[in-house]
Order: sequence, then structure tokens, then C-alpha cells
Amino acid sequence: MKALRKYLDKIKPNFEEGGKLHWLYSTYDAFETFLFVPNTTSRSGVHIHDARDSKRTMIVVIIALLPALLVGMYNVGLQHYMSLGLEASLLTKFIYGFLAVLPQIVVSYVVGLGIEFAIAQVRKEEVAEGFLVTGILIPMIVPVDTPLWMIAVATAFAVIFAKEVFGGTGYNIFNVALITRAFLFFSYPSKMSGDQVWVRTADTFGMGKGTVIDAYSGATPLGQIATTDAASFGEFTFQGITGQPLSISDMFFGFIPGSVGEVSTFAILLGALLLIATGVGSWKTMLSVFLGGLVSVLLVNLFAQNAIMEMPVHYHFLLGGFAFGAVFMATDPVTSARTEKGKWIYGFLIGMLAITIRVFNPGYPEGMMLAILFMNAFAPLIDFYVIDGNIKRRMKRAAVAKTGQQQ
Amino acid sequence: MANRIKIKKGLQIPLLGTAEETVRGTVKSEFVRICPEDFHGITPKLAVRVDDTVKAGTALFYEKNHPDMRFASPVSGVVTAIERGEKRRILHIVVKADDSTQYEDFGAKEVASLSGEEVKRTILDAGIWFLIKQRPYDVVALPDKEPRDIFVTGFDSAPLAPSYDFLLKEKEADFQAGLDALAKLTPGKVYLSVSNKTSFNGLREAKNVVITEFEGPHPAGNVGVQINHIKPVNRGEVVWTLNAPDVAIIGRLFNKGVVDLTRTVALTGSEVKQTGYYNMVIGTELKSIFAQNVTEGISLRFISGNPLTGRKIDANGELRAYDSQVTVIPEGDDVHEAFGWASFSPKRYSAGATYFSHRKNYRLDARLMGGPRAIIVSNEYDKVFPMDIYPEQLIKAIIAFNIDKMEQLGIYEVAPEDFALCEFVDTSKLELQRIVRAGLDLLRKEME
Repeated sequence: MKALRKYLDKIKPNFEEGGKLHWLYSTYDAFETFLFVPNTTSRSGVHIHDARDSKRTMIVVIIALLPALLVGMYNVGLQHYMSLGLEASLLTKFIYGFLAVLPQIVVSYVVGLGIEFAIAQVRKEEVAEGFLVTGILIPMIVPVDTPLWMIAVATAFAVIFAKEVFGGTGYNIFNVALITRAFLFFSYPSKMSGDQVWVRTADTFGMGKGTVIDAYSGATPLGQIATTDAASFGEFTFQGITGQPLSISDMFFGFIPGSVGEVSTFAILLGALLLIATGVGSWKTMLSVFLGGLVSVLLVNLFAQNAIMEMPVHYHFLLGGFAFGAVFMATDPVTSARTEKGKWIYGFLIGMLAITIRVFNPGYPEGMMLAILFMNAFAPLIDFYVIDGNIKRRMKRAAVAKTGQQQ
Repeated sequence: MANRIKIKKGLQIPLLGTAEETVRGTVKSEFVRICPEDFHGITPKLAVRVDDTVKAGTALFYEKNHPDMRFASPVSGVVTAIERGEKRRILHIVVKADDSTQYEDFGAKEVASLSGEEVKRTILDAGIWFLIKQRPYDVVALPDKEPRDIFVTGFDSAPLAPSYDFLLKEKEADFQAGLDALAKLTPGKVYLSVSNKTSFNGLREAKNVVITEFEGPHPAGNVGVQINHIKPVNRGEVVWTLNAPDVAIIGRLFNKGVVDLTRTVALTGSEVKQTGYYNMVIGTELKSIFAQNVTEGISLRFISGNPLTGRKIDANGELRAYDSQVTVIPEGDDVHEAFGWASFSPKRYSAGATYFSHRKNYRLDARLMGGPRAIIVSNEYDKVFPMDIYPEQLIKAIIAFNIDKMEQLGIYEVAPEDFALCEFVDTSKLELQRIVRAGLDLLRKEME
């Protein structure tokens, strides 16, 4: 490490004011602070600082995402080999999935971080860490067969128009990863929904070649129930891609078709535990999303007319992006409500809206993305009313004091 | 029995280097240096010239807009230099101290027999009015506006802070006289706050005041927090604030008739070899207590005050006007820590749970431990801000220069020190105290 430090110190003058490579200062700084804690000391105010910084916060979120990502990768392989009717070891399945998802992660990071670095350089600011999380979220919430160029275009769009035009990390109104997904969803609907995109049937780098078996159907469970002819939920069974019935444990551990990150509720809960234990994610937001979901599902069940309206609440929580959205998307502190009371309202409404979209809008079998984006827009309004309560209390107190004085 | 208020939000930062409760002696330096900058909100006009002879209590300078607000010399001697900075701003007034201090005689007075106006006049004439501060704006109190109430904090909860019980030992009479004097200055009440750990009878059984007992972590000892819980400041109101040792200095003026700006000062911090208490007047050069008594071979930060709100001084620096504490910590600019974001080093301290907590007390240096960012994490400030105010939103209103919003969100109730813990825990490493100071100054300029 000492040699590296020496090397950095040697090349640093090139990047400083007047150096040949000054136009790359933000880039240099990003790498230097990645390797070494900056040794700038406080100039004003407090003389000591908490060891937690933005990098620490983001790394915790990334670690929290890893279980869902790893199980998701395994599931990509599992679904692939099932669709071909081939036997494969656990490791083979994982490697297949890893190789299928890795290019998406690389593309999303290269495009997103490239733009972030360039803009930080133009603004003469330090590179913010926000995209480290966004970059891994993006491949986790799109179908595994999304073409790489689409991911590149959508990521670029989202980073520039959903984040940088507002001022960068910390100033964006909408969750950047969800904007990426929304962009894909509305621009290339054929690659983002339907029966063909959720299972990767083609080979990856020559691995897992074969032909798809006859009984194959790649619809997600939510897609199945949205389009079913069954008159009631009792007559309906969720089916896996080879027509086998799906058990609750398949849904909980994530052996169902779906986006990479969202399938395993178990892995998502592990991430949620880490986020809550470290205080990085708000348990209030998470809990209130589930509460909102629960209340609206119970309401819908009460007036049920068809299979999806009858679907019990645990299916709602296990299927689709509900849990993933509640744990990793709704809790994004920048786009969420920022007051504690506001978080309860914000989360609750996300849960309600997501279920409402799922149940009543046949065009969108999944409602989580739109629910969160919609509430992103309303988060400032929620905060406004929460804070207004505080302001009104203060004004009232002042008015009382004033009349008290006059008497 | 006193009212009890329990404070839950806040943080007691576990630092190494608490001062041992022993007085190690009296420190006298050849020169005493007074910085007018310590007295926020005033414009100094010199009352002395170089080579003038002064006594302890003679005015060195006065406030431009209130010529009767004088600032006393803490020692007798000869003015040897007026150090100036940019735009001829006065940085220091240097007095070469006599061997034995000659005091200006203001005459001992019985507080009970004085009127409010006489009390005020006495304190102003003696040049120690600066001990009284006011909210809003957290500046030296303006003598011409009568305060709604006066708040005195009877304990300091800041990291490594000295115990007021210890500082006030054997000063019961002065302290009580000071409280009696303050009671004459307001039509309202004098509120004294004590901690649940306060055992000193001079504080616990003070007369002529309303005593409130606070329990909880820092910033429970901040007078702003106490006001917010007892009787918040509204727009248009003024309250005055003091801390207990300063009340004793005012009391001494009435009891003895002299200006004795001697403080008992705690020498604290992880880099001090032998901690303890020293008696010294404000402005005393501190090099003699640092010499051979601090860690050698690393770069150090010397602070007059506590590590949260103190001022950075150098090894030859002096005790600043409001401080009863001097702290020495590592500077940290010679440290290169690899992969800090992935570290589980037991040396790192965080109030949050992204690190394991290892030890009882930590040796923290002055590094920011990260780069400045936009405000990202929410509910971070709130956890260490025990007032009925939204700190993050107030900070944002100040950054946006939105005066209406600042007022609505309660800027009149706060001082920069109230945001010190927010600044400590801030993941985005923003200079919150500086922002709040700028906001208060802006508002004051607009309003007055």
C-alpha cells in the first residue's frame, strides 16, 4: 500500500491546478479517495467527524443487494436449464447466470459511471457515489434477455435526464434505476414484458446450448394470473416454465421466472435485515409499504370479482417486484419522503398504489415501478405538509406570546 | 423539586482524554492576547493605543454602535501591539502583563439594593457585558432591549467538557450574586438548568431562579436545547443566555468590586499526557501547558474549547474568551488510511451502525473522513437534534437564503453550536455550523 501511496503522490501534481492532466482531476480524486481516506482536515466547525461517509453508506447498500443478485443469477441458470430440459449442477447453473448477467452489470456501470465522471469533471466536483448502487440495481430489475444496447441507452437517458440535469446525486426527484426501467418499459415494451423475455433460453458465451422443450412457457406468475381465464383463485394454479405447479417455497426462495433481483424474497429480506441493522435503509418506509399493500389487498379481497382480486396477500408480497421495491427502491433517501412522519405516508401509499395497479390494470401486471415513481413525485408534497404542521405550531405559539404581551 | 426533562436524541461521543479533576496550578503568560473576533456580532473600536498602561478592568475596546459596551482587559500591564488583518480588522490586542495584577476598583455592591438599570450599568462599565449572549442570532446581548427571560446552563455536556460542579467549587457566593444580578435585568424569570448528575449545592439549591433538571446525552447542556424545552423563543422576542461559570464572574464583580476574568480551564484530549485543570485569565498564551505535555512526532490540532465547537489555535495560541476547556487531538493530515470505506478498524468511530463499536473511548483526529456531498441520507441530523425543529429543512432554507422559510422553521431559536452534532454525524461532511452562522448573520442584517 505504501508503494501505491508513493505512486499516487508522485502523479498527483499532474492533476492539480496547472498540471497537464488537470482536466482529469475528478477522475484522479475518485480513484485516490477510493484507495485512501482523504486526509483533508476540518477548517471550520467541528474538529472531529464520524467515520461514516457517502462511500460507506453506498457500500452497505451494495452488500445488501448481493444476496438477491447471487440468488437471481443462480435462478437465471436454473430456469435456463429447465427450459432446455437439461440436467446441470448447481455451480453450472450459477455460472451460466453469472455470465448472462455480468455483461449487463458491466454495461450499466461503464455507461453510467462514464457519464458521472465526465459531468463531475465539468462541474469541478468530486464524483458522487450514488451510481455505484444504481448501476447494480439496473441489471437486477430488467428481464435477463434485455439487449445490452438498450441497457446502455436507457442508463444514459436516466443518468442524464433524471439525475444530472437536476444537479446530480442528492438532487434528483425520481429514482434513477426506476427511470431506466421505465424508459425501457415504454420504449421497448416487447423486450420488457410478455412471455418471451424472463427466461434466457439462448446460450451464453457458448454455454448451455440446446433447444427449448415443447411444454415451455416463460410467463411470470403475475403475468399468468393477469391473463388467466380462471373464474376464481381457487381454480387457478401458478405454473413454472415447464408447466409444473409452483409452490410457496419456490416463490419465497426465488425459483420462478422474473427479473434477476426480484425473484428471491428470501434474499431480499436478508438485504433488508442488513439495511435496517446498519440504519442505512429506513425500516419505517419498508414496513409501511407492506402495510399499505396489506390493507389494499384485504380491501380488494373483500370485493373480489376475479382470480387476481381473490389472490391472497402473501402471493402479492412474494411475486413480482413488491418486496424488492419496498426494500431497495422505496427507501432511496433522496427520492423518498425525508421526514419520519412523511415516510409512513409515502410507504403506505406506494404499497396501496402498487396493488391497485396490479389488480385493476390488465396492461401492467407489475405495479411497483409506477407506484414508486408516482410517489417520488409526491414525496416533496408529503414533506411539505408534515413540516407545515411544525411551522403552524410555531406561528401559533408566537401569536399566543404576542397577545399575552399586549394584555 | 425541580422540573425534570428527559432528552432522548443526541450523542455522547466517547473520546479519550477527559481531564482529571485536579487543579494543577495557575498559568501566567508574559503576554495576554484578546481577539475581538471572539465576541460575535460586535464591531470593535479601540479604546487604547500602543504603550498605554491598563489595569484589569480597563476597557481595551468598545462596541461601535453601543459605546457604553466595553470590553475589559483581563490583566494589568502595557498594551504592546494591536495586530490587524485584512481591511484593518483588529485581530489581537496584546497586553504585556504585570507580575502582580492591579485591578480597576468598581466598588463592591450589594445586588439586592440595586435597580435593574444600576446592575446593567455596573456590568457594562466593568467591561464584562460580553458574558451575556442573546437569542436570536447568538451574539453578544444588546443592552438596550429587555430580555423576555434569561437562561443559564449549569452543565456542559460536550465531549470531554469540564464539570461545572468542579469549576464552581468554592464560588457559591459569587454564583448566587450573579444570579441575583441577572434577575434584576429581566421582567421575566431566570432559568437555571442542571444535569441529573449535578451534585454541587451551589447549582442544585440556587435561589431566585427556576431550576430545571435535564437528563440525557449531549446536547442536553446546550442552552438552546434547554430553551426549546422550557420556553421557546418566538419571533420578535429576545432572551439572554449565559453559562454558570460566567455568572460567577459577574457575581464576583458585585461581591469584590473587581473584574477578575480568571477561569478554571480543563486541559483535555487524547494527545495530552497529563490532563487536569489550570487557573488562568482569558487571553493567556497556552504554550507553557502544552510544552512537553503533548504527543510528539505527529501533527496535532490545538483547540480552545471542545472538539465540536471550539476554535482552532496553534501551539502558541491563547485561551479564547468564552472557553473553559482546551483540547489537543491528532490533526490526521499525516495519516493515509487505505480502503476506509471497507474498514472494520476498531479505531474508527461512528454514531451509526455501519461500523461495529469496539472500544469504550476513541482517539479521533481532525480528518473529515470523507468528501463533501449533497445532503443524501435522511433522518441523520434529527437523531442528534433534540429540538422541535426540522434541522435539515432549516439548513436547506439557509443555503437557499430563503428568509421567510428560515423564520418559519425556527432559526430564531438556534445557534451554530446546536448543529455541531449534526455536523459531526453528517455523511455528506457539510460545514453546518458555518452555514447556520451565515444564516443568522444574514437575518440579523436584514432585520436590524
